Amino acid sequence: MPDDKPLTGNMRSDGVALDLKAYERAGGYEGLRKALGGMTPAAVIEEVKDSNLRGRGGAGFPTGLKWSFIPDKAPHPRYVVANGDEMEPGTFKDRILVELDPHQLVEGMILAGYATGADIGYAFLRGEYTVGAERVARAIAEAYEAGYLGKDILHSGYSFEIYLHLSAGRYMCGEETGLLNALEGKRANPRAKPPFPPASGLFGKPTTINNVETLCNVPHIIRNGAGWYRGLSRSKDGGTKIYGASGKVKRPGLWELPMGTTIREIIEEHAGGMRDGLQLRGLLPGGASTDFLTGEHLDAPMDFAGVQSVGSRLGTGTMIILDDKTCPVGMVSNLEHFFSQESCGWCTPCWSGLGWAERILRAMEEGRGKPGDLEKLAFQARFWAPGHTFCALAPGAAEPLQSALKHFRADFERHIDEKRCPWK
Amino acid sequence: MLTPEERTEIEAEFPHYPNRKAVCIDAMKIVQKHRGWLSDEALDDIGELLGMSSTDLDGVATFYNLLFRRPVGRHVIYLCDSVSCWIMGGDQQRNHICKRLGIASGETTADGRFTLLPVVCLGACDHAPVMMVDQDTHRDLTPEKIDQILEQYD
Ligand SMILES: Cc1cc2nc3c(=O)[nH]c(=O)nc-3n(C[C@H](O)[C@H](O)[C@H](O)COP(=O)(O)O)c2cc1C
Ligand code: SF4
Repeated sequence: MPDDKPLTGNMRSDGVALDLKAYERAGGYEGLRKALGGMTPAAVIEEVKDSNLRGRGGAGFPTGLKWSFIPDKAPHPRYVVANGDEMEPGTFKDRILVELDPHQLVEGMILAGYATGADIGYAFLRGEYTVGAERVARAIAEAYEAGYLGKDILHSGYSFEIYLHLSAGRYMCGEETGLLNALEGKRANPRAKPPFPPASGLFGKPTTINNVETLCNVPHIIRNGAGWYRGLSRSKDGGTKIYGASGKVKRPGLWELPMGTTIREIIEEHAGGMRDGLQLRGLLPGGASTDFLTGEHLDAPMDFAGVQSVGSRLGTGTMIILDDKTCPVGMVSNLEHFFSQESCGWCTPCWSGLGWAERILRAMEEGRGKPGDLEKLAFQARFWAPGHTFCALAPGAAEPLQSALKHFRADFERHIDEKRCPWK
Repeated sequence: MLTPEERTEIEAEFPHYPNRKAVCIDAMKIVQKHRGWLSDEALDDIGELLGMSSTDLDGVATFYNLLFRRPVGRHVIYLCDSVSCWIMGGDQQRNHICKRLGIASGETTADGRFTLLPVVCLGACDHAPVMMVDQDTHRDLTPEKIDQILEQYD
């Protein structure tokens, strides 16, 4: 296995998924054998804590700490949920994990299950990931056949089942408590917290929810140790990260790199820089719900603290690049349309404010912007701040808007003054 | 009435969940796969098996983008309208499809062959613009490529 790319180094370049045999040849299920063969669940949690693995779903919560929230005496059945909803615009990393190495996810889920004393795991995938679904289903079946799933796994006394759930499509299914409602066959509105999922999650039982990429790291951490994992990283957060770039760069794509690789390195070396004749205007570092950064921030390391220090968030680590021939107001208008459409309608600042902002932005794009619009947008965005709403959709929607108003203010003003979109 | 096939497929999901209600999204997807969309009658049929009212099922169905409470064409085109595709010219691809099929986004062709729907980011942003037709993802779209792809669906 290429040591520096544990998640993607074994993947085949022809797009065919690794089957059980190929996965095992690359060291697959050795982590599980090691854990079940002599590590207590508490020792598995300690190893993951020591590795400094932080959640790859956007919020960066320390994974080992999250697992430790399931109390020893918590009731059963307990659940583990793999969050593969991946509907955050500009995010396309979990797709390759489920399509090209589905056993890695299965093994990660079993290890999470063992660590938290869980009985059942759900692999939750967005419905559009039809290829991934087929391959995860096959991997689950192969794992059952090989004795990695089911009753008394590898004669350890530990039993664990995994079921695949294909979503019917809604961004809110990615929000962890919305996801739990979706799995229960309900509308994917989020839940009021507390209680938090470790105390009362799926079907009211203790539940651990992790992003697909997060879980895929776990087999490698257990197999090779926390120290090795921390050593992969250039920062305090452990491991590698699957970074991505989309937009008008020369080579859009995904790259597994040390955590803490700079934005500049990703854009200039891996993505090949901007297409000829285009300049970089800005970027969303980690999906739609992160603040815009600009050319002056390119030396920031893409880790949780590094991106935060320049005023944004690592988010999903897949960046969306804005070039100088693309209208920033049009881009923000597209983003707020998405958030407004996907709002679940529970909180007034979200359902009402997002629609309002969307209409103002569209009017601006169509040459109907009015003096005072920018103040209205800023005023709305303030109501979407964390703490005003039941979930993080609205705070996420505020990030690209508030930062665009700061970095691209003159562009917004031109739309209003010239009564048109200067890019059209 | 549910067909024996629909019933068998839905019942195969029962062991995966602690109660029947939790199966309702899977059940609706299964019936939609066979019937194309979810009519009131379809909801009644599902409700009977799961012990749910069709009003409850309607409440769930209307929340989700991929459950259809109105008829759709034989093939559904899901064209990404999210940000990376927008930057890469997704609007032009939409205009091309609309012109070619003579419909607006959200509509079905008169011959019932295609329905065009916008969809949230399909997670293939390094190959934008992207669309799905039924179960298949198509990447790096251009008008010429779209023409070739649509030919394959009758
Ligand atoms: C509106 C919304 C959508 C989200 N979508 C996803 C998603 O698709 N995948 C994901 O892993 N996390 C998503 N999250 C974050 C999850 O709520 C949760 O933090 C994450 O799954 C936890 O996993 P991690 O600790 O491994 O990162 C979303 C959050 C919000 C508010
Ligand atoms: S912030 Fe928006 S999406 Fe989240 S609970 Fe409130 S209304 Fe629903």
